[in-house]
Amino acid sequence: MWEPQYEKMPREELEKLQLERLQQMVKSAYEKVPFYRAKFQEVGLTPKDIKSLDDVSKLPFTSKSDFRDNYPFGMMAVPLSEVVRIHASSGTTGKPTVAPYNAKDIDTWSNLMARTLASAGAHSGDVIQNAYGYGLFTGGLGFHYGAERLGATVIPIAAGNTKRQIMLIEDLGTTVLTCTPSYALIVAETAQEMGIDLAASQLRLAVCGAEPWSENMRAEIEAKLGVTAIDIYGLTELLGPGVSCECSYKTGMHIWEDHFLAEIIDPVTEQPLPYGQQGELVLTALTKEAMPVIRFKTHDIVNLYPETCECGRTMIRMSKVHGRTDDMLIVRGVNVFPTQIESVLLSVEGVEPQYQIIVDRERHLDEIEIWVEVSDAVFSDEMRSLEELEKSVRAEMDSVLGIAARVKLVEPKTITRTEGKAKRVVDRREL
Amino acid sequence: MRIKQVSVFVSNEPGRLVDMLKPLSDNEIDIQALSVADSTDFGIVRMVVSNTEGAVKALQDAQFTIRTNAVLAYDMPNVPGGLLKAVVEPLAKVGINLEYIYAFAESETGKAKVVLKVSDIDRAEDVLGKG
Repeated sequence: MWEPQYEKMPREELEKLQLERLQQMVKSAYEKVPFYRAKFQEVGLTPKDIKSLDDVSKLPFTSKSDFRDNYPFGMMAVPLSEVVRIHASSGTTGKPTVAPYNAKDIDTWSNLMARTLASAGAHSGDVIQNAYGYGLFTGGLGFHYGAERLGATVIPIAAGNTKRQIMLIEDLGTTVLTCTPSYALIVAETAQEMGIDLAASQLRLAVCGAEPWSENMRAEIEAKLGVTAIDIYGLTELLGPGVSCECSYKTGMHIWEDHFLAEIIDPVTEQPLPYGQQGELVLTALTKEAMPVIRFKTHDIVNLYPETCECGRTMIRMSKVHGRTDDMLIVRGVNVFPTQIESVLLSVEGVEPQYQIIVDRERHLDEIEIWVEVSDAVFSDEMRSLEELEKSVRAEMDSVLGIAARVKLVEPKTITRTEGKAKRVVDRREL
Repeated sequence: MRIKQVSVFVSNEPGRLVDMLKPLSDNEIDIQALSVADSTDFGIVRMVVSNTEGAVKALQDAQFTIRTNAVLAYDMPNVPGGLLKAVVEPLAKVGINLEYIYAFAESETGKAKVVLKVSDIDRAEDVLGKG
């Protein structure tokens, strides 16, 4: 255990620490971020009104659209000169959600990722092959810094080039693979095709997250790679990976509550729900400095289990994400909102935003296909101009979404409409 | 001779051409020439018909995406070298590009009908004649 003094802290003491940190965070947000100050004033709230942890429910929610409305730096509590790094994830429309970190935030995050990896079963001396994407995405550098903090050896290979991944697993004696669960399966199957038995390698642990996966997928990854596969959860808005992680008992992901205050609410009434009930997860960052995040509505539907775990950790556990309260899709670890696709289509001349997004999983890799209805305005008797239309939509999607989507032109009225409203997303993935 | 062509966007799936041809047949519209350009997912059906306005209405009522545009059409002798000498060579000589071309032979008359879309319809008409 990386930090037993926190991870096994008696609940009473932990809650006292949470309250102190919450009060500090609310004060900082109120004083340094005009956006929060205005929101608090709207409901007649000042930092002094937060006297107990239950008072958190008096605070207004923060939603994904607040990040869009205050893009890029409107949510920041420190001057840009103090920011040492900026990550980003896709927003609900064309603009990304920006996540700034100061030096203290990077330190906190590295420490939490070390704690996360330790909880998953990694330790110093491990050779960690990090196949999460490096770049604006928080996965790559988040795991990287955590693995270094843990005292492990990191191979910053990033995603892709699967045959080389397999060669390095064998040659460098990789013991831990960190990647999305679908990529873990691709590694397993590619190795099989190459006639290499990775179960016989030194690999013993896979830490998988950034997209939804099932117990069936876990069993498959574990059998084919000869590893224990551990689930991890995080959000760019809150820090990145390292918000919660399973321990070796695999009975839910421990939320690192000394840094994140978790609530569960009814997604419709927005009223708090008792632990154990399924609802929307709401998170407040308790120690983040560059960008305070208070009562962030994650849109993830989960259960929270407060009982002390067999591992000894007192930190609350969350279930796998059962679903979303909005229409966000996670495709190859990338957040995709139908509204983003709509704004891309609107930017291509002549295209009407009659579209449908088909998501499927072929050979464990998510494929996204966008059906666009062809109107009289864009139709042409020349094949070349229709092919050019497909190409320009595809290129625009690629630059906005950051993933390659197949574009298919279809006849008008092809897209299913229920009560006049077009069904925007068809998710055929079976997890 | 300059005439109107009707183009129809049709999904590449079994039976879809039936759905498209049925309204034409029901409205007694005769197809004088037809070609299909295909891609993986869809086809473009191009036709010259006896009654362009009627065809447009029938297809629009059946909710097809359509477009009409001007193309050139000629009758020519159905003999070896006919297409080459009557159409293709004269256009190539003056540097006019053929976007697409389709042709039908009529056995009774011994003639062939050729429909062409070119890069410059005015110049092509000057070269090939207006009649």
